[in-house]
Amino acid sequence: MTAPLVIFFVLAAVAVFGAISLIVQKHPIHSALSLILVMVALAGLYLLMGAEFVAAVQIIVYGGAIMVLFIFVIMLLNAGEEERTNFSRLAMYAGVPLAVAMTGLIAAAIVGSNAAMPARTPETLTSTRQLSTLLFQEFVYPFELTSFLILVAILGAIVLAQREN
Amino acid sequence: MVPTSYYVLLSAILFGLGIVTFVFKRNIITIFMGIELMLNAVNLAFVAFSQSFGKPDGEVFVLFVIIVAAAEAAVGLGIIILTARNRKSLNVERVDLLKL
Amino acid sequence: MNEFLTHYAFLIIPIVKIAILVFLVLTVDAYLTWIERKVIAHIQARWGPHRTGPHGLLQPLADGVKFIFKEDPLPASVDKVAYFLAPFITLMLALTSLAVIPFGPQHFKVFGYETGISIAEVNISLLVLFAITALSVYGVALAGWASNSKYSLLGGLRSSAQMVSYELALTLSVVGVLLIAGDFSLRTIVVQQGVKGNGLFSWNIFPQIIGFVCFFIAAIAETNRVPFDLPEAESELVAGFHTEYASMKFAMFFIAEYTSMITVSCLATILFFGGWLSPFPASWTLTQYLPSVLLIPFGLWVIFDGIRYENMFGRLVLPVVGAVMAAIGFGLIVFPVVNDAIQGIFWFLAKVFAFLFVYIWMRGTLPRFRYDQLMSFGWKFLLPVSIANVVLTSVVILWRMH
Repeated sequence: MTAPLVIFFVLAAVAVFGAISLIVQKHPIHSALSLILVMVALAGLYLLMGAEFVAAVQIIVYGGAIMVLFIFVIMLLNAGEEERTNFSRLAMYAGVPLAVAMTGLIAAAIVGSNAAMPARTPETLTSTRQLSTLLFQEFVYPFELTSFLILVAILGAIVLAQREN
Repeated sequence: MVPTSYYVLLSAILFGLGIVTFVFKRNIITIFMGIELMLNAVNLAFVAFSQSFGKPDGEVFVLFVIIVAAAEAAVGLGIIILTARNRKSLNVERVDLLKL
Repeated sequence: MNEFLTHYAFLIIPIVKIAILVFLVLTVDAYLTWIERKVIAHIQARWGPHRTGPHGLLQPLADGVKFIFKEDPLPASVDKVAYFLAPFITLMLALTSLAVIPFGPQHFKVFGYETGISIAEVNISLLVLFAITALSVYGVALAGWASNSKYSLLGGLRSSAQMVSYELALTLSVVGVLLIAGDFSLRTIVVQQGVKGNGLFSWNIFPQIIGFVCFFIAAIAETNRVPFDLPEAESELVAGFHTEYASMKFAMFFIAEYTSMITVSCLATILFFGGWLSPFPASWTLTQYLPSVLLIPFGLWVIFDGIRYENMFGRLVLPVVGAVMAAIGFGLIVFPVVNDAIQGIFWFLAKVFAFLFVYIWMRGTLPRFRYDQLMSFGWKFLLPVSIANVVLTSVVILWRMH
């Protein structure tokens, strides 16, 4: 039971707990907080895999900007708790065990297929220099396209936020 | 050393939980959060494979996914605010004006 | 026992360092409130805390006792999860950001474990600090929302909108420094400023003066201090997002604010003012005795002031404090090994306290921004200037490469 394995299980448990809490919570704000927990746990997993820049960007952009936007919208729209559902009992009693069984089958298939995965290399840190070289030499066209995409998103948000005259 | 298949399995579980959120919840914002959870699960798979092959290409793609998710969240939440103001409710089952 | 320590040194040494650092930072926080009250009082031509202990030095202790014994009410219709989580997140993030700051140049080996004077030696320490700044918006937003009161919600939303806006200017104003240093690690940034050995003139403040001004203004807005403290000012919106918080939880917000002030001052000294480097060139070796030259007269003055103090307690305590200071000053001259070890930390702390003094000075002098002025200043002035700084720096660097 080496240290990376222990850290992996702890972070994975936190991520799955956050995801289940996202489903189970009744108030959207608690769901948003659970999603933030999932994102922080995933950032920890990226750090464990040596992708330090991606972990930092995940927390700064996803956890510090996108989720803040979600929380602002939930607070502004004053979203209340979800009402009582007229949910089909069949879906709950038959669906959930089936879903768990299917997940177990897929899990067994993935974990058992060690031959398809390359052997694990020791964890090396991906330096930011490597990432930026790749980003600005090989992937410069998608990079410029994403800046265009963000411009379009800004314009869209401004148009949507205009009041009707 | 953590085997790559463990990371991929965790990514599959999170993706499945994201789909469950997307299908079973009725608050539009919670559904949107399910979409974000699915995107995060995919990011985890990308980084796991990038580490496994030793090349940083997967991490560059993760950056692109994060950027696209940010743009989508901005526009999507704008649409949600407008819809909520028009229909006075955040329940997706109430947005049914086009139904027969 | 020795082998247990060697085997688990990677866990035990950081825990010991964390304990020392948290204790020191909380003490500095407490006495920062004393310094703030005294400095603002003297700016306003009055004395400040004066009765509790000699020169009011026991005032932070009295405040601490008050916070512990005051009733901690729980308003009835708050959202319990968010209400308890908000001050906890704010304090946790503020204290965590101190883990990646390097305080001095030394590297030493304890039980075979190689470490420096910082809790964590990370390659991306600057990005970690930005990540923590990005997450600290949640503490404010959740505090405002959970209190279930109009004033708190408005104050919380205003404050988090302000923090998100100035976070962009903060991050961009540092990019110039990153371009010059070439690495995210704070230790590398400081070392690169000291490579030429010119002292003051090779610090990053001279190439990056625009970046420093943008960074400092954005940092004041991030920590919600005057002149950007509209969301938490006492006379606006009752008290903003921490209206409904009383004793211990309010103390957590309070400590978190002062700790983030300290963190931002540390960051400003590391990025722009050379961190632990001395402003004098390395060849002027006599300046190594500056700590002693400062400590000895100050210790003697404290003794002199204490002997003639008005009450008995002061006449007992102050001369002892002064004698200890003068003894430390003499000890530094007599033991040059200690003097060498202490140079880096002395200069670092001197610069950090200079920045904290500037913070407190601004609080006593400047009026507050109105909210729309604040937002338009952040988006329409500070952000374009930061971007212009990045462009200018990269143009100059490319021009110099040819």
